[in-house]
Amino acid sequence: MLSISPEQASQIRQHAKQEYPHECCGAFLGRVVGEDVRWVEEVVPITNEQAENRERRFLITPQQMMALERTAAQKGLKVLGFYHSHPDHPARPSDYDRENALPWYSYLIISVQKGKPAEMHCWRLLDDRSDFEREQMQIRALEMR
Amino acid sequence: MAVTILIPSALQAYADNQGEVQVQASNVGEALQALTEAYPGLRKHLYNEQGRLRSFVNVYLGEEDTRYLQGLETPVKDGDTLMIVPSIAGGSPAVAEEVALDNEEILRYSRHLILPDVAMEGQLKLKAAKVLCVGAGGLGSPLALYLAAAGVGTIGLVDFDVVDLTNLQRQVLYTTTDVGRPKLEVAKERLQAMNPHIEIRTYETRLTRDNALDILADYDIVVDGTDNFATRYLVNDACVLLGKPNVYGSIFRFEGQASVFYAKEGPCYRCLYPEPPPPGLVPSCAEGGVLGVLPGVVGTIQAMETIKLILGKGEPLIGRLLLFNALKMQFRELKLRKNPNCPVCGERPIIRELIDYDEFCGVRGVEEAPAEVVEEITPTELKRRLDAGENIFLLDVREPVEWQICRLDGAVLMPMNTVPARMHELDSAKEMVVYCRSGKRSAQIVAFLKAAGFRKVKNLRGGILQWSDEVDPTVPKY
Repeated sequence: MLSISPEQASQIRQHAKQEYPHECCGAFLGRVVGEDVRWVEEVVPITNEQAENRERRFLITPQQMMALERTAAQKGLKVLGFYHSHPDHPARPSDYDRENALPWYSYLIISVQKGKPAEMHCWRLLDDRSDFEREQMQIRALEMR
Repeated sequence: MAVTILIPSALQAYADNQGEVQVQASNVGEALQALTEAYPGLRKHLYNEQGRLRSFVNVYLGEEDTRYLQGLETPVKDGDTLMIVPSIAGGSPAVAEEVALDNEEILRYSRHLILPDVAMEGQLKLKAAKVLCVGAGGLGSPLALYLAAAGVGTIGLVDFDVVDLTNLQRQVLYTTTDVGRPKLEVAKERLQAMNPHIEIRTYETRLTRDNALDILADYDIVVDGTDNFATRYLVNDACVLLGKPNVYGSIFRFEGQASVFYAKEGPCYRCLYPEPPPPGLVPSCAEGGVLGVLPGVVGTIQAMETIKLILGKGEPLIGRLLLFNALKMQFRELKLRKNPNCPVCGERPIIRELIDYDEFCGVRGVEEAPAEVVEEITPTELKRRLDAGENIFLLDVREPVEWQICRLDGAVLMPMNTVPARMHELDSAKEMVVYCRSGKRSAQIVAFLKAAGFRKVKNLRGGILQWSDEVDPTVPKY
């Protein structure tokens, strides 16, 4: 389960709205708590490095990935997963998402309809890469620190 | 050689939760091979079904992406560290992803589906593809028909003409009853009737520097079926700026050309022809004629290249100019090179936005100038004066083939390019009216004769065409 705060949720919505009609992307840094709760401490917006077609593609380069891992390590956190927007498309993974996905990570997708942020869902790649399964998402009501 | 491989956190579960693994290898390929032999669970995440590294898997040797070293052949030394770094990519479905064929479509495309290089995968690519045809005339007709039949999912058409009787000799999208109707209205009907499973989008406008980028932006491939240089340069430049392939075709009389201009992978039209020919040097089909089947051959070559690009199969005409001679029934091929100094796709491009293409091609100069300076007579007025018994010399400056189609009674034929040499045959004291098909060529001759000292010379306004309209409908228009 991916657990984010209401502030983090609105940060993602804001980012998706701001980049529309292009796709936005970003990463989740945090901790794995208990069985499999992914507690997001920080939502990191990342510049979509896709050269063209940013309306329906995003890319986080290996350089950005390495920088992200370094940041996470410095803060004692883990890269838990990524978010990206689907402008004018539903919040479910495309085949392209699947072909490019890694296991384990949480993939949050937010749909943006005509510039307005709409539903968001979280997904995880199945072990055999055949599909994604929905991952539960919790927007936690209270900060428990 | 002992090499350490760093595993990204997402894949550690497949390597016994280790962050690093030691293997023996002499190059990167061997190292990955050894890694996946030790941990087979990693294989499907690192390699695709064809056994190649997945596009998001990057292997770094120190700070260097091995893709830019020698790839899998990159040698490694004892103690080297390789790092597997994923790039994270994804996106919303807009390509082949959400499309599917219903049973009727499966039957319709069955001859494609059983073809190994097309098959379901290719047919879905065709359905997801968006192709823009600029021009719905001689080239655009067979092109659009075949693209529609093949199941190209979205076809855009740009044209602003109405169907004319002279079109029907080669523009096979249209029939006799369509004469006078807007081409795109007819084209959409016809293509949609042929294949109701596809979307036809029409742009009833002239393609200009103001609308070209907006219209082209929506499409994967642009096919140039235009009949003039201004639009051809416009299409080329817009495709280069947008990074889209431009499937080119052109025709004249019995000869045709085709190529694929794709600046990302090869030369563009400007690499081949940096500048247009002087206006008037290369006649259009309306002026020079064209064998009706010729655009059928060239347009279907364009359709074939378009479909190959969509399927990603075969060898496209990128960097190759195909020359077709119908009389000799010969195909020849020229190698084209990318011009490093090309003004639009070269190393230091000077064209970074669309320009004024009419001006670039000198179009305005020719069309407007003669009309203003030359003295004219209308067909009605000429007829009245001839009937009144006035002695007026009629000079026909068309080509002999046109003379065979029709002529005005009592006229003398002197094709325009023979006039300078045969000027002495003309009597400058006599009243003279010069005519051609439309009044364009004759206007140039009138101007020429005036400059040579002829005083009593006039141009027949609108030429044979207007004569047929105003005076004698039995004179055929062509």
